[in-house]
Amino acid sequence: MNELKTKIRIDNFNFYYGKKHALKNISMNVPEHRVTALIGPSGCGKSTFLRSLNRMNDLIEHTRCDGTVVVDNVNIYDDAIDVVELRKKIGMIFQRSNPFPKSIYDNVAYGPRINNIKEKKQLDEIVERSLIRAALWDEVKDDLSKSGLALSGGQQQRLCIARAVAVDPEILLMDEPASALDPLATTKIEELIHELKGKYTIVIVTHNMQQAARVSDFTAFFYMGEQIEFDETKKIFTMPGKKQTEDYITGRFG
Amino acid sequence: MERHFQQDLELLKSNVIRMGSAVEQNLFNALDAVMKNDAALASRVIASDGTINQFEIEIDNMVVDLLALQQPVASDLRLILAIQKINNDLERIGDHAVNIAESAYRLTETPQDEPLMEIPNMAKIAKEMFQQALDSFIHLNALQAQSVLESDDRIDALNRGMNSKVIQFIKNDMKSIEGGLELLRISRNLERVADLTTNIAEEVIFHTQAKIVKHHAAEEKQKKQ
Repeated sequence: MNELKTKIRIDNFNFYYGKKHALKNISMNVPEHRVTALIGPSGCGKSTFLRSLNRMNDLIEHTRCDGTVVVDNVNIYDDAIDVVELRKKIGMIFQRSNPFPKSIYDNVAYGPRINNIKEKKQLDEIVERSLIRAALWDEVKDDLSKSGLALSGGQQQRLCIARAVAVDPEILLMDEPASALDPLATTKIEELIHELKGKYTIVIVTHNMQQAARVSDFTAFFYMGEQIEFDETKKIFTMPGKKQTEDYITGRFG
Repeated sequence: MERHFQQDLELLKSNVIRMGSAVEQNLFNALDAVMKNDAALASRVIASDGTINQFEIEIDNMVVDLLALQQPVASDLRLILAIQKINNDLERIGDHAVNIAESAYRLTETPQDEPLMEIPNMAKIAKEMFQQALDSFIHLNALQAQSVLESDDRIDALNRGMNSKVIQFIKNDMKSIEGGLELLRISRNLERVADLTTNIAEEVIFHTQAKIVKHHAAEEKQKKQ
């Protein structure tokens, strides 16, 4: 683990929804170009933690946090940070695929256009490259004007991944990206995650333990707002260090 | 709430224990047949190996089902992997018990009574080792498993001693070649029983402590670092 470069360094991070202390003193080094999975029972704080990594929680009222989240030596909670710029660098993919009611092309070109890329040729290149990276190109290249909503669930989710990578992020946050998909579409997303980690740092929340085991290099187990254990995935799933982790992953919890 | 899976695991474990008891009985009977020159007992051992083979197949099937259907992790995974190997080890020990029983049977047909030399000693240690290994599995007791590992060297030394003793024995009386060779076979089989018993103990340690001890794996790893 030592030779890996840290992409996100979290130090003593706390998060509160009003009086509820939702994340307690979380410290973790998320390694670059690796997949880090966050697991734990519902309400353990894993999604809150994920959303803290690109300040999506800022949008929720009556929340506050302390501690630091440092991406490439910059504390993203610093007052000087431009949140829009930050989210360009840190993309997010949600549980329910949420393509815009626009064509496939316009979905992918949406971010680059906001970033003032207007030239058709350049946009074409970005759309093709992003759809290739999201392993969707071959299935849609003949009709990019088709509505994104006309695609299957698995294709829609890959379209959202294409849309996220179109603005050249460095980090991808995924909140249960395959939980609404059938096994075949899930396999495609998992394979895609495996491909994407060569270029991006990925943090994924999943309720599917086997998925965490299959796709991630590192796993963090959260319970009641605390980070119980963070280690290499193969260690977590063969010889976890903490009894609580063991009980959770073997289904002996509670 | 106990999961259905836990009940399946317990059933799997109890099948291994039942198989272990059957192997134990066959091994002990085979050795008694040698010691008491008892052809009938030797025949019983040979006839009952089928039961052990049946156990092996049944346990194999259960292991495949649990791995495929339950995707176990952590200590559950280690237990199932350990059982898969222990199953194999037990079946092999059963085969060696049959070999020993066959030698015992042939010894009853030789004209003279051979001195058993180190065999009674080896048999005593092998029995103790086997009982301890099986106990360590039943109670998932790593300390007890560790003590099995330490006994293996004693059997190896006695087995080496048997070679020179049997050679001397044959030299003294050429008519004893057949009997001498059977004694060597028994000794070699006992040495293999002790090795396989050691494997079982190593698997118990793997399951309970998540530590690989076979082939002195820990020391090798340390050397590399």
